[in-house]
Amino acid sequence: MTIGLTHYLAVAAILFTLGVFGIFLNRKNVIVILMSIELMLLAVNINFVAFSSFMHDLAGQVFSMFILTVAAAEAAIGLAILVVFFRNRGTIAVEDISTMKG
Amino acid sequence: MIQVAAFYLFASVLTACALAVICARNPVHSVLFLIACFFSAAGLFVLLGAEFIALILVIVYVGAVAVLFLFVVMMLDISFQDLRRGAMQYVPLGLGIGLVLLVELFTLYRAWPERTPVITAESTAIENTEALGRIIYTDYLFAFQVSGLILFVAMIGAIVLTHRCRPDVRRQKVAEQNRRKPSDVLEIKKVSSGSGA
Repeated sequence: MTIGLTHYLAVAAILFTLGVFGIFLNRKNVIVILMSIELMLLAVNINFVAFSSFMHDLAGQVFSMFILTVAAAEAAIGLAILVVFFRNRGTIAVEDISTMKG
Repeated sequence: MIQVAAFYLFASVLTACALAVICARNPVHSVLFLIACFFSAAGLFVLLGAEFIALILVIVYVGAVAVLFLFVVMMLDISFQDLRRGAMQYVPLGLGIGLVLLVELFTLYRAWPERTPVITAESTAIENTEALGRIIYTDYLFAFQVSGLILFVAMIGAIVLTHRCRPDVRRQKVAEQNRRKPSDVLEIKKVSSGSGA
């Protein structure tokens, strides 16, 4: 018995689904929503690296690195916005964030 | 054989920790489970032969992103119980969408044809890190520079967003201090002896 491409794809699919489910489960808590997005990006990374490894094409790993970069930037900016929002409002509930529009 | 065991170990830890991330009541626990997720994903990457990405994942995610999350979670003074209230009403919808997504992904993967490698395997004399470096700095140079620019903009953005000028704090203004001339602030008076100034 060997571990094939589909095994890794299955793990990534489960991880991605858990990330989507986490967004619904924690609809009010922005921090956990950001963590769920990180989980989904991790699942995409696993897909990229698995395909790259089984196809013997390094481009997947390069793109996985770019995803890592963008995810880190996104987390930093998102958390900065969160801190500023908390300083102004005293809460991080998602419903109150709609007051930012306009 | 040990690879199969390692795969199942890492994969089960990964899914269990991902479930714990989204279900934990305390966000600090969520962050800690997220760190465990990243570690097991790094293990999977090592199994796939992508050592460089695995180590980058540990350094960037565990070293920077997870610590950033931990800082923010601990700094914000929030009652997380209030945030969880009424969350259960979304569970059926989330379960339904998640199930649909999972079934779609699995049907897609079952339909995926097992193809032969696009490019023949390079000689094993070149290590993963070296091979990555060779193509990053040649074929993907522009994308690499752009990702550096993205990080730069993100850094400046985060600083600009969170920096605040508090008016009640006295700050040292070096330029003004250096601009002062003796003639502006000093006055020499001739005081004749025997009388006060």
